[in-house]
Amino acid sequence: MNVLMILLLLLIISCAVCVAFTKNLFVAAVVFMTQSLLLSLVWILLESPDLGITEAAVGAGIDSLLLFVALKKIHAIHREHGSRSKEADL
Amino acid sequence: MSKFTDRVRRILHADDWLDRDMTAEWEEAPADVPAPPAPEQKAEEQAERPDWWISVPFRGRRLRRLMVVLSVLLCAGIIAILVITAQYLPSFGHAENPANNEVSRRYIEQGMEETGAVNIVAGMILDYRAFDTLGESNVLFTAVCAVMLLLRVSEDKRRSAAHQLELETDDRMYEPKGDLILRYIARLLVPCILMLGMYIILNGHLSPGGGFSGGAVMGAGLILMLNAYGFRRMERFFTIRLFRAVTVCALSFYALSKAYSFFTGANHLHSIITPGTPGMIFSAGLIPYLNISVGLVVCCTIYSFYTLFRKGDL
Repeated sequence: MNVLMILLLLLIISCAVCVAFTKNLFVAAVVFMTQSLLLSLVWILLESPDLGITEAAVGAGIDSLLLFVALKKIHAIHREHGSRSKEADL
Repeated sequence: MSKFTDRVRRILHADDWLDRDMTAEWEEAPADVPAPPAPEQKAEEQAERPDWWISVPFRGRRLRRLMVVLSVLLCAGIIAILVITAQYLPSFGHAENPANNEVSRRYIEQGMEETGAVNIVAGMILDYRAFDTLGESNVLFTAVCAVMLLLRVSEDKRRSAAHQLELETDDRMYEPKGDLILRYIARLLVPCILMLGMYIILNGHLSPGGGFSGGAVMGAGLILMLNAYGFRRMERFFTIRLFRAVTVCALSFYALSKAYSFFTGANHLHSIITPGTPGMIFSAGLIPYLNISVGLVVCCTIYSFYTLFRKGDL
């Protein structure tokens, strides 16, 4: 366990806690994406680059894309400070 | 529709109505209702008043506090169980671990010789355990079929003006169409991403990677292209007919190329194609071709997931 590994694990744990405690769903999706990226670094440190590539592509890329689409469909992403704010939708 | 959104809003703001003291409403309510309501009516009323099941001493703030305490206790309990279980796991990379048995020894020592793949993982998942990977590809295909059944918008509804208008306003509202920055970045990035995906797939038997991860990278590149250039451009080449042809061809190629071992008695899974010299691009028997078919299935699946979620059609 070197310093980098401990740092990565601490960051992953803090990301997981952040996802649970954020009110904004968009921020939660972004933090989840960050967690996946950090996890892919952990896989590479554990000498399994196959899993690292897959984690980066699926966990950080595709999963968060699908989450963003889902958030958009339920109108959870709002235009911030936009002139045509559509907060009245929900 | 408004009833549905109302209900959603009520669920989303559940805390608010828990905060409110419902006693007054609760005590007043029976006075309005005529003496014995019919069972159906009663059920409806219970649905209308979501707090009907709350017993008298726990209501409002006290109930909420109790729920918080209970959920924290539950979380702490689960964390404790997981941590205690993790103590019994074998230590990482130890020689006496149960995973280090004759099966993995055989894979490591004779894998390259028998499969011809330098990447041991590719040799394992596409030669020794090729049936597992076939099952995984089929699971993805089935998932897309299920998403299509659930989310695909019917032909009549798609042609209707109201639906078109809804799509237009939706897209205009939440993402700028033909965004210049996005388009220029995509022009730079999409070829690189697609090349990287193809490299990961084609080099799967030589370096880390393989069909699944490469296909996911290519699917992500296609999604970026779709976001930059819009649906109309993508529909020129990616239609449901292309999707159907590619996935069905790839899956049946995989199934047929691995099915011959059933007819030869299923006692060994050696391919007719010789493994070749390990390290060459045309080596490792069937593995590169199986990688390509898995990659195509995964790429099409991921792209169609995205389009089905976005507009209900490919």
